[in-house]
Parts: sequence; C-alpha cells; structure tokens
Amino acid sequence: MSSALTSSVASRFENIVGNEFVRTEREALERYGVDCVVPAVAVQPLNAEQAAEIVKIAVQEKLSLIASGARTSLGIGMPPSRYDVALDMTRVRGVAHYDPGDLTISVNAGTPLAELAKILAEKNQFLPLATPFFGTATVGGAIAAGLDSPLRHFYGTARDFMIGAEFVDGTGAQAKSGGRVVKNVTGYDFHKLLNGSLGTLAVITRVNFRTFPLQPSRRGFLASFADETGALGFAKQIAESPLTPAVLEVLSPEFAELFLEEKSPVASLRLDVEAWTVCVGFEANAEVCERYRRDLSRLARTAAARDAIAVHDSQFSSLLEILREAPAAMSQLAAQSVVLRFVTLPGKLPDLVRALQSFASSSWMSSAILIRSGSIVYLVLLPRDGDETADKQAVYFWKSVGSLRGQMEFQASILFCPSDWKAELDVWAHADGTIDLGQRVKKAFDPNGTFARGRFVGDM
Amino acid sequence: MNAAITSELQSLVGPRNVLSSPEDLAMYEYDGSVDRARPEIVVFPSNTTEVSQIVKLAVKHDIPIVGRGAGTGLSGGALARGGGIMIAFGRMNRILEIDLENRRAVVQPGVVNFDLTRAVEPDGFYFAPDPSSQKSCTIGGNVSENSGGPHTLAYGVTTNHVTGLELVLPDGEIKRIGGKLGDALGYDLCGLLVGSEGTLALVTEITARLSRKPEAVKTLLAIYETVDDATETVTEMTARAITPAACEMMDGWTLCAVEDYVHAGFPRDCGAILLIEVEGLVEAVASQSAGIAEVCKAHNAREVRTAKDDKERELLWKGRKTAFGALGRLAPSNYVLDAVIPRSKLPQALRRVLQIGEECALKIGNIFHAGDGNLHPLVLFDPRDRSQFEKAVRASEEIVRYCVEIGGALTGEHGVGMEKSELMTLMFSDADFALMRRVHQQFNPTGLLNPGKVFPIGKGCGETRIRTSPIHSPVPS
Repeated sequence: MSSALTSSVASRFENIVGNEFVRTEREALERYGVDCVVPAVAVQPLNAEQAAEIVKIAVQEKLSLIASGARTSLGIGMPPSRYDVALDMTRVRGVAHYDPGDLTISVNAGTPLAELAKILAEKNQFLPLATPFFGTATVGGAIAAGLDSPLRHFYGTARDFMIGAEFVDGTGAQAKSGGRVVKNVTGYDFHKLLNGSLGTLAVITRVNFRTFPLQPSRRGFLASFADETGALGFAKQIAESPLTPAVLEVLSPEFAELFLEEKSPVASLRLDVEAWTVCVGFEANAEVCERYRRDLSRLARTAAARDAIAVHDSQFSSLLEILREAPAAMSQLAAQSVVLRFVTLPGKLPDLVRALQSFASSSWMSSAILIRSGSIVYLVLLPRDGDETADKQAVYFWKSVGSLRGQMEFQASILFCPSDWKAELDVWAHADGTIDLGQRVKKAFDPNGTFARGRFVGDM
Repeated sequence: MNAAITSELQSLVGPRNVLSSPEDLAMYEYDGSVDRARPEIVVFPSNTTEVSQIVKLAVKHDIPIVGRGAGTGLSGGALARGGGIMIAFGRMNRILEIDLENRRAVVQPGVVNFDLTRAVEPDGFYFAPDPSSQKSCTIGGNVSENSGGPHTLAYGVTTNHVTGLELVLPDGEIKRIGGKLGDALGYDLCGLLVGSEGTLALVTEITARLSRKPEAVKTLLAIYETVDDATETVTEMTARAITPAACEMMDGWTLCAVEDYVHAGFPRDCGAILLIEVEGLVEAVASQSAGIAEVCKAHNAREVRTAKDDKERELLWKGRKTAFGALGRLAPSNYVLDAVIPRSKLPQALRRVLQIGEECALKIGNIFHAGDGNLHPLVLFDPRDRSQFEKAVRASEEIVRYCVEIGGALTGEHGVGMEKSELMTLMFSDADFALMRRVHQQFNPTGLLNPGKVFPIGKGCGETRIRTSPIHSPVPS
C-alpha cells in the first residue's frame, strides 16, 4: 500500500471512527501482524455500522482486510497473501439482548468471553464455549477461530448452540442469519459457515447463542492406565455406557507431566508417572454425581485401572481450565512448539494415536497428546532447545502424517507453529474440504476478495 | 412434457419409473401443505448417476427440477412450482451402512426416518430427529427442510445429526461434503446445505449421526384449568433450568377432539395439558420429574399423571402426534401455522393468538412444542364461506407478524418453501436477500432447481397460501 493511499485511507477512517481510533505507526501496527505480515493501517470501529463503512472503503480501494478481536488466534492458518487494513473489533462490545427466561443471549462480537461468562453466571447460566485464551479472547474471535472446548463431549461445538449472527459481508453490507430463538429454520444458515472460517467470509459483529443452566455440581473422575490401549478402552466403555459426561479426555503421560504441575492446585491429580490418564467430567445434582462416581469406579476396576480418584467441584474447575487452555498452552511451551490437531472416528483413534507416537519417538522431538471426546487429538511437538534442524523434523513429521492418510480416516491441521516455518509447512495439507464448493461460498460472501486471502483451506 | 424428453427420461431410468399421465401427476401436486403445483413428469431414479443424468437432461432443455421424498412437508418445499421434472426419491431407499462403533449411518435420501431408528433400535440406538410424520417422511426430506420434532428440544434438529452429504449440483455434477468425521476442516458446507430446502443441490446420500437410547424415560401429563397456567409452567421450567427432553402443549378444546380420535385417556374438561418427557439416568429422571411436578403444581395443575408403562406412554404420544389429523375432522378446512417465539413470552403470545381468533370469530386450536417456543396455531375455517376464508388469511398473517415482532421467527421446523416466501421480508433486509441470492446464484445459477421457493417472488402476503382447497388435514410435527 503506497504511503499516499495509506494516508488518504487513514483519513477517511478517521472521519468514521475519530482520530484516536486509527493507527498507522509501525509499533502499533506490529501488534496486528498475522504471521509476520503487518498491515498499513489499523482501525477500531465502535459499532457494526462503522465496521461496514470501513469494509466499503476497503472494497473501493481494493484493500485486503483482516478483522480481529483480542488477536489470540490470528496465527491459525497460513500467512495472508496481502494485508492492508486491521479491523480491530474490540470496541464493538457488550450484550445487545439477554433473555434469561428464554435461555438466549445476543452479544456484540468484541465482548470478551470471560465478561460474557460473568454476565451469564449472574443468572446461573453459562455458554459451553470454553475455548483457549478464555481470559482475553472475544466472542467473535472465538467463533472465527473455531477452536473447540472440553465440554464438547456433551454440548457439542459452537455450531450446536449458535442460533444466529450479524455480520458485514465482503460488499460492506450488514447482513444476518438465524435469529434469537432456539428453534428456527428461516433462511439459509449462514452463521454456521462463519464458525471456524477465520474471518475469510465476513466480519462478525454480533452472535446469538442459546445458553445453558449451570448445574448444582460439576465434578470429575480420573483413572490411570499403563498404556494408551487401556486408557482408550476405558474411555470407549464410558462412551458406550448410559452415562453422558460433559467432559471425556485422555491425557498422555507427557501431557500430565507438563500440565499437572507439582505446585498447582491439581498436582494431586497426577496419579501415576508414566501412566495415561482418563479424565471424566459430569454435571448434575449430588445424587446423580454419586451414580457417576459409582459406575465409573466399577468400570475402572473392570478395565484394570492402576489408580482412580474422584475430583470435587473446585479442583475440577482448575482441571477444566487446564484442559480448556491446553491447545494454547501447548503452543506456549517453547518458541518452536508445533501444535497439531487431528479429527478422526472413535474406531480409528487407537491406530492413529499409536502411529503418531511412533512418528514422534523416531524424531528428536518430545511430544505430548491430549485426546478429546473420542475423536479429536491435540499433539504438541517440542524440539530440543537450539536444535537447528527442528523445522526440518517438523516438515518430516507432517509428511509422515500424510503417509497415513490412505490407511485410516482422519483430517489434520497444524494449529500453531513458528510463522517462518509455514513456507515449508502447509498447515492445511491434510485437510479435505470440498475446495471448489468452498470457493463458491467465498465468492458469494466476498466477491472482491476483500477479506485477506491465503489463510484458509484452499487458499481462501 | 414433450414426447422426446419423456422418452429420453424413460430410457434413462426405465419406462416403469416415469409417470406422465394426468391421473398419476395429480398425486404429486400436493404435499402436506395447502399449496398445489403439478409437475409435468415424475421420475424415480435408483442411484446417484441416474439423478445426475436427469439433471443434465433438464439443464440441456431448460426444464425446472424439484426433488421429493414422501411429500409430507408442510411448506410446499417439494411442490413443482415451476412445473417441469419432479425427481422422486422413493426408490433410493436403502440404508447403505450402519457403523455403530462410530455412531454413523449412511443412507439414501428415500429412507423413511423411522426405518433408520428401527434398523438400529435392537442395538440401543436411534436417529434423533422425530417429526410427527416420522413413519412416512424421508431422511432426504428432513435434510432439505432441517426438520424438527418434539424431542428436538433436547437433541437439536436435523442439522445437528448430519455429518456428510452426497450432492448432485444443479448442473449434474456429483460432490461430497463432510463425511463420517464430526467436524471436518473447511467451511461448514453441511451446515449450509441442511435446511436449504432443495434450492442449492439435490441430496443423494446422507451420513447421519446415531444417538444412544437413554437408560430411563418418564412421561408426565399435567392437566390445567387454564391455558395461562400451562404456559406459565413452561416459562418457569425454562427459567428454573429444568430441561426436559420434550414439552408439548395442547389446549382443552383440541384435546376433546384428540380424545375422541385416539382414546388415550386425556381429560375432556380441562383448559390445557402439558405432555412432558424426561430422559437420562434413572436418578436424573427421578429428580427432574419431581422438579417438574413441583412447578406444575405451583402453577395450579389440577393433576400431574405419570405414564405407568410404555403402552400408556405410547398412547399419550400417539394422541399428540395425530392431534392435527383429529382436528381436521372438526371443520371443512384448516391451516396450520408454524412460528417461534422466545419462551419467556409464551403466556402473552398464546393470549394474543386466542384474541386474534376471537377478533376474527374463528376457532384456533393450539397444539405445539411449548418447550422450545415453537407455536402451531391451527386455524379452522370453511373455505366455501368467502368471509371466513378471508378472516382465516388475515388471522394467520397477524399471528405470524406478531411472533416476529416479539423477537421470534417465521418458521421453526416446517420451512419457508412456497408457504412463507412472501413473508420473508418480515425478517430479512435487502442486504440479507442480496447475500442469499449470491449464494443461491453460485450453486444454482440457472435457477432451475426448485424455483419459487424461499425467496419472495412478489405475490401479496397470504394470497398464495390459503386456497379453497378440499377438506384437508395436514400433519405437522
């Protein structure tokens, strides 16, 4: 973007949002960088109308724009092929409409998740959107990033409880889909497309959710096993029982070592060094919680667990936070952490996990695994400090993953890795996606390609 | 349909699988709604390749196409509004794969909803979406309309239970989106296609989620003197965070008609009943039903009965699911509405519905999914009486407008179809339509696939909806 164009666009933005909300100095702009690509101007609208005006200018000037919230997950995906304008949505915040009696809420995109949680808790409700970076991430950012939550085992993902959205499309028009009621089949479900789209289709300005009542108790149960076969077998038995836990995760020994630290409130939950841990969470009244504890103890005995313990409310909250933050925390373990995410079928899980372990052990990197809800695998690769071949090892690992694709059903993506490795590491290499139909959707939403291209599956 | 095209279609699928005589076509001009539109020819393909070939032929000759399952829809989604070729999926009715380990089934679009449940029931599984027409409607139709049912309160509508689709695009190209994996990478195309009412592609295969049957089920019948007490109960249950699997309401007047029809033991002298079902672990069911009974009593329920066995439970549900049929016997014609309101506004909305009925001097029955605020007011009228007919049109439109005004939606589960295409402007702006049209254009650029649905085509509100049809009893979910 030429400096003349930058200053003319910045001044047009200033007319919309005021001088103090447009930034063009390098230092400020670097904070908006996406994979080291830095925009020429950053602008903070106050509301959806201003956001729409800004997008219209970007369209007119053929600029490339990326909307962001707290900028916690902007590293997901590939680097943008071009990036001129950072649209900072953090001022577009607050609750637009809350009907606790209907269990529905409509919230502006820049509202932090944690703030939303507080508002809901006052009415004894919550949103099962317990996604990473919870303390800072915004609602719109969480939807665009599409990260999942440990509560997905029972509550599903945002797609299951997002009932509508308002957004600015790639023509600068304010549009919407869905509504504020829990059941609605009026019109196309565009809000589903926004989930996990990395902002490549529209700027999310408001999201409507169905909310859920907080249950009297949220407790847990942990059991440890000598190997992954035992742990996965136990998790499978739970999934096949009448129990419907909210959380069902399996932790590798390395994960437990890294995250259930000695001094933390959950240190006592580290059952057994070298063991795989199954972590079950359930929410109900005391009587039903007791039934869970009883059944799980019995199942654990039958499955020859090494050890098992019941986890009470407050301790379970700490554990849930660790599981919620895991993908983010994995990425922060080292400067060169690589976090991979796999989606598979319960029946293919043991083979996939064994194959990944064998790839990891034949590299010089250490690794840790978290398995979510019998179908999602998070794996972090940790190169040794100062290992100059780390990037090559990661590329080799990623290629090995590709070699598995003919043998078992899964999709994989690299969630986080050092930005400069992405030249050699296509994070979407093992995603299927029906690219051409996706491109049709992109063309309809963003006909001029205003929302930065190159970041999403299929170069969108 | 000209003879050359008919013969081409016959050679594609075999002469026995093509219907073109006026008597045969008359059978396909209806669905469960009040609209009518006659196709020029009905074709029954037996596989995806044939579907694709039919579509290519239609495109070549510029002929509209519409897909059809069992024709039980309630918004005219499967009617041939533009004439042309109807692709009926009745012969594509095979369950292709049942994968219990991964809780998935792969089915052809013509598989009847309940047949899938029947196939997996012995192993303790079921397909969760349960429209009232589940014993005849097809899964392909459910996918097109994003169908619901009583138990969607707890388990969600069709879109929550579909992970993959095979599509034939309006140019004949065959595509797959999603698969058995729960959240595949890339845009959520299944989320877009499910509920797109057959306007973006024809669905030729569905990968569906299977759900595990709960350990325990309890069905409660709460009987009230007034409609207000029943609706207040629902509002308070929601506020108190009691989450039953289903919560249905019937008013006392409609209940008498239902009881005459099914003899389920419903009272004949009450203002309203709630039919509430709780599911889950034995202990959870016990505590939930105790909580529900307490709220019912606090709102003056005269009696709270629990179905003593499966037989009684099934009878109560039969009463609910056949209620619209029963009401069809009370007037020469009726019109069933489908709109959603916030559950906190249920009492005021029901009062307004009844008031509108009184203002128009029409009987309006109320049998609906109270737990998720999905109203189904049923307007009874005699189409031979012009003034009654006009009042019915006015009342229906006023109710829908009111529901949207108080924060609700045009349709909760029946779809927009032909029925509500003109009312779409109540909810959507020009910018919303512009985007919908661009998406439509990308998938269905010729507009030959299912024309005249979802988008307003400029006819007056209500005008095309209720017509002087013969006695007619739609069966909504």
